Amino acid sequence: MNMLESSVNQAAGAAAGAKPYLQIVDVVKKFGDNTVVDHINLNIARNEIFALLGSSGCGKSTLLRMLAGMETPSSGRIILDGEDITHLAPYERPINMMFQSYALFPHMSVAQNIAFGLKQDGLPRGEIAERVERMLELVQMKKYASRKPFQLSGGQQQRVALARSLAKRPKLLLLDEPLGALDKKLRQQTQLELVNMIEQVGVTCIMVTHDQEEAMTMAGRIGIMSDGQLLQVASPGEIYERPNCRFTAEFIGETNLFGGHVVEDEPDYVRIQSAELPRPVHIGHGITGTLGMPVWLSLRPERVGVSRQQPVGDGNWAAGTVHDIAYLGGFSIFHVRLPTGKVVKASVPATRWREEAAPTWDEPVFVSWADNDAVVLTQ
Amino acid sequence: MNNANNLSVFGKLSLGAGFAFLYLPIVVLVVYSFNASKLVTVWAGFSTHWYGELFRDEAVLSSLWLSLKIAFLASTMSVVLGTIAGLVLARFGPFRGKSLFAGMITAPMVMPEVITGLSMLLLFVQMQQWFGHPAERGVLTIWVGHVTLCMAYVTVVIRARLVEMDRSVEEAAMDLGARPLKIFFLITLPIIAPAIASGFLLAFTLSLDDLVITAFLSGPGSTTLPQLIFSRVRLGLNPEINALATITVLAVAVLVVSANRIMVRAERRRARLAAAAA
Ligand SMILES: Nc1ncnc2c1ncn2[C@@H]1O[C@H](COP(=O)(O)OP(=O)(O)OP(=O)(O)O)[C@@H](O)[C@H]1O
Ligand SMILES: [Mg+2]
Repeated sequence: MNMLESSVNQAAGAAAGAKPYLQIVDVVKKFGDNTVVDHINLNIARNEIFALLGSSGCGKSTLLRMLAGMETPSSGRIILDGEDITHLAPYERPINMMFQSYALFPHMSVAQNIAFGLKQDGLPRGEIAERVERMLELVQMKKYASRKPFQLSGGQQQRVALARSLAKRPKLLLLDEPLGALDKKLRQQTQLELVNMIEQVGVTCIMVTHDQEEAMTMAGRIGIMSDGQLLQVASPGEIYERPNCRFTAEFIGETNLFGGHVVEDEPDYVRIQSAELPRPVHIGHGITGTLGMPVWLSLRPERVGVSRQQPVGDGNWAAGTVHDIAYLGGFSIFHVRLPTGKVVKASVPATRWREEAAPTWDEPVFVSWADNDAVVLTQ
Repeated sequence: MNNANNLSVFGKLSLGAGFAFLYLPIVVLVVYSFNASKLVTVWAGFSTHWYGELFRDEAVLSSLWLSLKIAFLASTMSVVLGTIAGLVLARFGPFRGKSLFAGMITAPMVMPEVITGLSMLLLFVQMQQWFGHPAERGVLTIWVGHVTLCMAYVTVVIRARLVEMDRSVEEAAMDLGARPLKIFFLITLPIIAPAIASGFLLAFTLSLDDLVITAFLSGPGSTTLPQLIFSRVRLGLNPEINALATITVLAVAVLVVSANRIMVRAERRRARLAAAAA
């Protein structure tokens, strides 16, 4: 399972580009005794949109700030396009960052904000004006060129900040919680818009977020961070369907977790016994592990079926009673309590209940799942 | 203000008493500046005689000029030094002796002025004996003393502004390719400009009416306006001083009212523009 996982990860990395554009090599950052970024290795391909996802305080911003040069790594190297930039000052790096607070210059107009970086490069006036114009067009802020930042709404400020960080045509664009300051509705609208703009300019981009929906929508690959460590790097679908550890499984989406151990270990299948389930779970593929090894099973709610008839087969089902139902329109979440006391969540589409009425509270039901629906987690 | 009409009789009385307590002395001062008599306490009819006298008084005019000059030089210097000190305290990470530095800079605020003045006087006297410089006390020594005092206040004002300022704005400038010195002049300075202006005004007024430190550090031929007034009053009250005080009150009132106007107008404009943006 683990080997399968890592080979898939490498395949995804290789597919995105043969030679990595950005290499983060064994980077560590300590503040005093506190290790905030812990031996991170990561390769990013050219023109990739990569998202770092993790809970608050896990070190995402710190990693990003090391890429921008605002912090110096305690050890490790950062290589961009073949050049070691680990000890380059922020103003010498071909990298631009969009700050969480946007950090627009309050005393400058929108156009002056965008032109700032270009002026630092000493570009001729004509070219600056032309590029500012193009950036304003890109983010659709032409009308507002002479306004000051405080005269703009949150969404408009966000677009100016983006234009400002794209104006210098950086080799790498860093976005720290790019939509964090916007309200939920505007955020969803802006997600795809932002991706479109980034793809239009064709820039390699690393973004940081703690919103999994944002990461899944915008990024081609996601890195899950916890406690300064990178736990899994994969495509959004991969991360969701094949998490490689408990943290990822629980962090991304909802899941049912069962602790257990391997009781049968064959090349083409395994059985896992859990104290929380009445009978061993059958998994339709082999895993790299040994007999008796403790593992976790992750079972997504939408993979769990609910029925009144007893399912056939000897593994993958359990009897229980409906403990709670959360009606969410298109589908409902059934909380089914097993005799062991474990509550299993099942997300059932409304269309499931065409022929028969949906079960109600305290009704005895069966939950079941297919051979390969449960994911075995060894860490 | 709007519901002043709703006040009870007691409320009106105490409001009146409060205002009288604050402003009656000033009213008396202004009224007696138009007194024809030389005696301050005896009213002998309206006259602007003392104003004319004031403008012919060379001593008053030259000490006023000196006071303004010192106030301008001292507040300029304290703004420069105060900005640097504020920057060091707000922006440089923890360094050895930082709290000592912070304490030393703000000490003149809490130290009795007599102590500050006396210690500086002793220092200057020593320096004169050792290096023969400063040769005598005068504008230069007063200026140094005032800078010491005013800089403490300016540092506090500017440091507070720097601490509350969003640091990521400076980081953004650095990220866009500006070097630290350029960031200071292009980004930090414009953003903290209002704090610098108020620090300057604060320093200017502090220096303008300082008497104690000046008394220790001034020499023959360098009499500031507060010193002059103080020495004249000791010789006996004089309507000319009333006239001078009246002009001062008028100048302060005009300054305060117009500063207020400007601020209110800027605030309204800001609110209108922000409303237009939303
Ligand atoms: N300059 C600093 N000095 C000391 N500790 C710091 C410093 N900067 C960050 N930290 C610590 O490092 C940890 C990670 O911070 P970081 O800002 O990288 O988190 P984050 O993942 O971006 O969180 P969030 O989602 O809340 O922004 C935090 O515990 C924080 O307290
Ligand atoms: Mg952060």
